[in-house]
Amino acid sequence: MSDQEYTPKSKFGKWFNDRLPLLSLASHLTDYPTPKNLNYWWTFGGILTFCLITQIVTGLTLAMHYIAHADMAFESVEHIMRDVNYGWLIRYIHANGASMFFLAVYIHIFRSLFYGSYKSPREIIWILGIIIYLLMMAAAFMGYVLPWGQMSFWGATVITNLFSAIPLVGEGIVTWLWGGYSVDNPTLTRFFTLHYLIPFLILGLVVLHIWALHVPGNNNPVGIDIKKPSKDTVPFHPYIVIKDGFALLMFMIVFAFFVFYTPNILGHADNYIEADPLVTPAHIVPEWYLLPFYAILRSVPDKLLGVVAMLSAILILAALPWLDTSKIRSAVFRPLYKQFYWILVADVLILGYVGAMPAEGLYLLIARVATAYYFLHFLVILPVLGLKERTLPVPISITEPVLGGSLNLATAKNKESFNNK
Amino acid sequence: MKNFLKIFFLTTLIFGYSLNSFSAEKVEYLKTDWSFKGLFGKFDRGALQRGYQVYTEVCSSCHSMKYVSYRNLAEKGGPEFTEAQVKAIAASFEVKDGPNADGEMFTRPGKLSDKFVMPYENVKAAQAANGGAYPPDMSVLVKARGGGVDYIYSLLQGYEDPPAGFTLDDGVYYNKYMYGNKIKMSNQLSDGLVEYADGTNATVEQMSKDVTTFLMWTAEPHLEARHKMGFKAIVYLIILTILVYFSMKRIWSRIETEV
Amino acid sequence: MAEKKTNRRDFLFTATYAVGAVGVGATVWPMIDQMNPDASVKALASTEVDVSSVTPGNTITVLWRGKPVFIRRRTQEEIAEAKSVKLEDLKDPQKDEERAKDPEWLVMLGVCTHLGCVPLDQKGDYNGWFCPCHGSHYDISGRIRKGPAPTNMEVPKYEFVNSNTIKIG
Repeated sequence: MSDQEYTPKSKFGKWFNDRLPLLSLASHLTDYPTPKNLNYWWTFGGILTFCLITQIVTGLTLAMHYIAHADMAFESVEHIMRDVNYGWLIRYIHANGASMFFLAVYIHIFRSLFYGSYKSPREIIWILGIIIYLLMMAAAFMGYVLPWGQMSFWGATVITNLFSAIPLVGEGIVTWLWGGYSVDNPTLTRFFTLHYLIPFLILGLVVLHIWALHVPGNNNPVGIDIKKPSKDTVPFHPYIVIKDGFALLMFMIVFAFFVFYTPNILGHADNYIEADPLVTPAHIVPEWYLLPFYAILRSVPDKLLGVVAMLSAILILAALPWLDTSKIRSAVFRPLYKQFYWILVADVLILGYVGAMPAEGLYLLIARVATAYYFLHFLVILPVLGLKERTLPVPISITEPVLGGSLNLATAKNKESFNNK
Repeated sequence: MKNFLKIFFLTTLIFGYSLNSFSAEKVEYLKTDWSFKGLFGKFDRGALQRGYQVYTEVCSSCHSMKYVSYRNLAEKGGPEFTEAQVKAIAASFEVKDGPNADGEMFTRPGKLSDKFVMPYENVKAAQAANGGAYPPDMSVLVKARGGGVDYIYSLLQGYEDPPAGFTLDDGVYYNKYMYGNKIKMSNQLSDGLVEYADGTNATVEQMSKDVTTFLMWTAEPHLEARHKMGFKAIVYLIILTILVYFSMKRIWSRIETEV
Repeated sequence: MAEKKTNRRDFLFTATYAVGAVGVGATVWPMIDQMNPDASVKALASTEVDVSSVTPGNTITVLWRGKPVFIRRRTQEEIAEAKSVKLEDLKDPQKDEERAKDPEWLVMLGVCTHLGCVPLDQKGDYNGWFCPCHGSHYDISGRIRKGPAPTNMEVPKYEFVNSNTIKIG
């Protein structure tokens, strides 16, 4: 990071900045050179930050009224919905906010997959992202348990029971997680504590995630390294701030539509039934954003291997920078990879769909094929593709020559080394 | 960007509908116009008041509504009975209170602040009195069933003779719309069962619609406020988006001129 | 001062900021208002008390907004005593008529104005209440006579909705 020396204008500013360089930090963030060709897929990082803050603020205010006890949880949520001033609004923002959060994170991840943002030198940013994603899933899962509806209770039972698949220590771990012999009050209270904690862990990791990003700087749609600052970059403020703001507003319109007009469409009706340990719902399903992993879990007939497959599906992403052998970052110049990318997108959507269906018959068959293909993509297709694919020539820079603002297609066949930094 | 939005909406709608319709059977529900549906939906006050009457006279002997308070009946966005009417309604119920100075529980007439009195002490008492089946609490029943208002509306009118060869145990009845077709509640509605205070003809269809409308309100008492706020919020966001869009164009025009 | 020529660009940005600020305010308000008393608390903001069983010379204590309220039906002697006290003798001068519209009924918060303990009935040197925490004595009108309490026991808003029922709050 080569920032020019920033000198605060006021005396107090200089005094303070000498002791805690917050003003220098603000100056760095303001001037931070950002590629000027970033498209709207790049706005989701800012959107995600908004989602995290929204969840924390609404979560905090909900926590002022929610009671984490098996006998009172469901009623306290109804109290929030009916009696607390704007309680219904805060609750619906929080519940739909979780879905919006995952929608944004999936777009953010798939942006990285398309443009090779996970490749060197951005591996740590990517891995931090995977950890953030795992924590998001943990937080969302535990948050869903808190209203203590039928899906809360039985979803918790199914997922915590998975740990019993671990040989030798599995049963002990499950009892330890439950704090008892089944999902009950001790489970609920500890889930509330952890659900409150995790977003702040995520916040810390996001700071590291952005810090790690600011070392090499942003990737861009052409996937080439660029000089910063230069004709290829713009200062983050106001150019990127306003663009992120515009994208965020569009996102908020969609968010508002869910909150105000269809607040329960992404949820499950059974969660408006109070938890009953003696009655199992006909079909236990997690929230939509966990469905692909649920499908993978159920596609393997063996309990332990199903758990292993599900975890591997996430952890394999961490190995992505090394599985993908291509020297070219952006799929714009990788026509064959681009096709496999969209097949992967379809595969994940299919997994999501069958995850909501009963695990039998045609649905189960499709789930198995889709699961196998998922692993095939990462373990076989990506490594092979990188070595064998004929890529398109990559431009040398974003702006020159700049007539009409179109991409420079000066052949850079001999300049592939540009992309290896 | 526009493509993304289209893809997003499509995906969500597909998921939404497939997930929502999943918990119900593939049977077409009876259709009717619900005044509260749509962006500008509002509750029909008359329907809410009649629906409350049906709930009280027909359903409340078995079904509790424990999250609704008597004062809710007078609040904006609901049946909007007058406060005097609701005080009288509340006072017509005996509420358990106490302990008194002697350490005993006692009953007293209901107040505005009380929750609806439950027909049974607890779930087990309700099951015991109803052949082992628990008449579900109705506070959020409409949200607790995948088919929502259409399902409840249909179920109330869905009693008919079972098809040939369909066996029913004692105390179990055939209903066209019930999941699995077997229900432990017998047909409760018949024409003229309730004498509506406002003189409306109480057909089975009318009572079904009114009580379902009432149940939609008990599940979502702030529905009207939510719709109103939503309209304002989205209009506001669109205006701000337009302003920010032009601001963005203005700012980005600075660099196009360079080079 | 400012130039007459309105810069179009500035107007756009100013308008955007202004509209944005409205949104921020509208968003922040529910977060703050949710901490205000909710509907179920406000429903209990007033309470009706049946006093038909209270005979002269007796006090009942009821809970209102989470605090004790003393309702005493005073005897004629007690009323006379309360009215005969000279205002100069009072730390917090207040006529008995100001405290009890209907002299037979004394309704006041049973909370000592010193540090909040609940005074004991029919105790103390003034035939009224005595607070055991730091020794404040109140008279038969609930006025502070001796001890560290600065003011008389507070009289809340109340009214008789009928001859048997007092509505407090």
